[in-house]
Amino acid sequence: MTKRKMYVRMITASLIRRRSRMLVALLAIAIGATILSGLVTIYYDVPRQMGAQFRNYGANMILTAPEGSFRREEMEAGLAIVTPADLVGATPFRYETVRIHEQPVMAAGTDMESVKKTSPYWLIDGEWPEKNEEILIGENIAENLNLKLGTTVTLNFTPENTAETLLDNTLDFTVKGILSTGGSEEDYVYIPMEDLEALTGISGEIDVAEVSISSTADGLNNYMEQINTQIPSVHARLVKRVTASETTVLSKLQALVLLVTVVVLALTMICVATTMTAVVTERRREIGLRKAIGASDASILQEFMGEGMLLGGFGGILGSGLGFAFAQFVSVHVFSSTITLRPLLVPITILVSIVITGIACLLPIKSATKVDPALVLKGE
Amino acid sequence: MSLLELKNVYKIYGDLHALDDVSLKVEKGEWLAIMGPSGSGKSTMMNIIGCMDKPSKGEVLLDGVNIAVESAKNLTNIRRDKIGLIFQQFHLVNYLTAVENVMLAQYYHSIPDEKEALEALERVGLADRAKHLPSQLSGGEQQRVCVARALINHPEIILADEPTGNLDDANEEIVVELFRKLHEEGTTLIVVTHDPEVAETAQRMVVLRNGKISKETVNEHFTGHIRFH
Repeated sequence: MTKRKMYVRMITASLIRRRSRMLVALLAIAIGATILSGLVTIYYDVPRQMGAQFRNYGANMILTAPEGSFRREEMEAGLAIVTPADLVGATPFRYETVRIHEQPVMAAGTDMESVKKTSPYWLIDGEWPEKNEEILIGENIAENLNLKLGTTVTLNFTPENTAETLLDNTLDFTVKGILSTGGSEEDYVYIPMEDLEALTGISGEIDVAEVSISSTADGLNNYMEQINTQIPSVHARLVKRVTASETTVLSKLQALVLLVTVVVLALTMICVATTMTAVVTERRREIGLRKAIGASDASILQEFMGEGMLLGGFGGILGSGLGFAFAQFVSVHVFSSTITLRPLLVPITILVSIVITGIACLLPIKSATKVDPALVLKGE
Repeated sequence: MSLLELKNVYKIYGDLHALDDVSLKVEKGEWLAIMGPSGSGKSTMMNIIGCMDKPSKGEVLLDGVNIAVESAKNLTNIRRDKIGLIFQQFHLVNYLTAVENVMLAQYYHSIPDEKEALEALERVGLADRAKHLPSQLSGGEQQRVCVARALINHPEIILADEPTGNLDDANEEIVVELFRKLHEEGTTLIVVTHDPEVAETAQRMVVLRNGKISKETVNEHFTGHIRFH
């Protein structure tokens, strides 16, 4: 048998045959690794989770044309630059002045399904329009023109520079919902884009696109620059009040989680060190015996460190699994969404556990090798 | 040249002279018993001979090397290569089996050899208990594992500190019989004991009192067999 085989045999025998003792140490390491891996997972997932929460407050990027309007294909080319996983939604708007009961009103043609994603805070009395010739009316207009849910309204459109009314510029709509936002949206009527295009006879034109992207401030800036560079006919800009507050809140939240992680890491190290000190101290007599039969200090250090680091490895494996479960639990209960496993975190957690356990073992073992075998073996 | 020679050895703790000008020679292949009451200096002498302690004054020559002036590291190497230790409390590693405990001494000495370790256990009559943990062995069996561990590396001296102190008569006889066989094979034995029956089995006996050798007797009727009174 080689020395290495005997070394492995001794270490595994110690872990397996002293399992009740080792279980306590393993538990301490595994709990530390669990909290550490869980908090790090949360730390890295907070921007995504909070980003998703922030998306409830509306779009964070606006696409316009440098002059006039731009084409739908240009909007889509701009959106293609954004990673699909980051893109929460994009809503095109085209604004035209129409008349209801001979009163001029600003009508916005849009895609209702997209609006739900980019402006989830819109409060609708009634229902969202689902098909053509259904209209959503801003609360102010509904009040001014005394429009009720379910009634039919006629929209008239007169093209600019055209004196006479065209035959095909009138469409009837059913009022499906009354919109209240507390903002300027209450002064508009919203109709499907196809209906506005039918009214105006011009299709594919967009005045503004509101885009909601789940990303960091740097990521958003990067997307903005890329769109502006690659598609000159579209001008992208960030909604500063949203992105700035998002960045501030996120950085504070991440700093908090980081601080908690560091404190927990320190406490974990103390806990593991205390446990390992107890484990090593109770084996002083064994260390004395090994010295008496000829073990060098280096050899004892090697054997006990081997045990400690193996234990750290097992604790790390357990901790990375349990840490993910812990992070998942927190994510589901706090952010109401699941998280995905970061594979790199598994080897990192195992490595950190091994290193921490190694450091925690080093001092008590070094101190234990100083024992006088004669005294220890006499039971003193 | 004697295998072991103590020349005017002192061990002083403050005002206490645990060993006080002790001189002693042990020849190769000799079986020596060291007796004395508690506090007479037996354990101190044992620790010094066993390279686990150094004298305050004097020379301790083991195979011609003065171990009194060697570094701790060298003392560990000398202990590993030349001395086999047997303790009253057995001191086996409790999570290693009997054969693994024997192999532990080989591990620190050279290369572990399970076959050789099993043969050593066979010599002490424990071949069938090789895979048992110390907790599954009786006191006598544990002491025999300890003997197997002490002899596995063919040491110059086997140093036994109260080897039968925790054993009943039957096991005491077994252990002494093992010593007799080792002596026959030429192993040098130094046995510290307070048991006159065990001491009388040796070729020579020295009695320590207050750190000095107070009496030295050569066993003229030496047989190596224990005689219970």
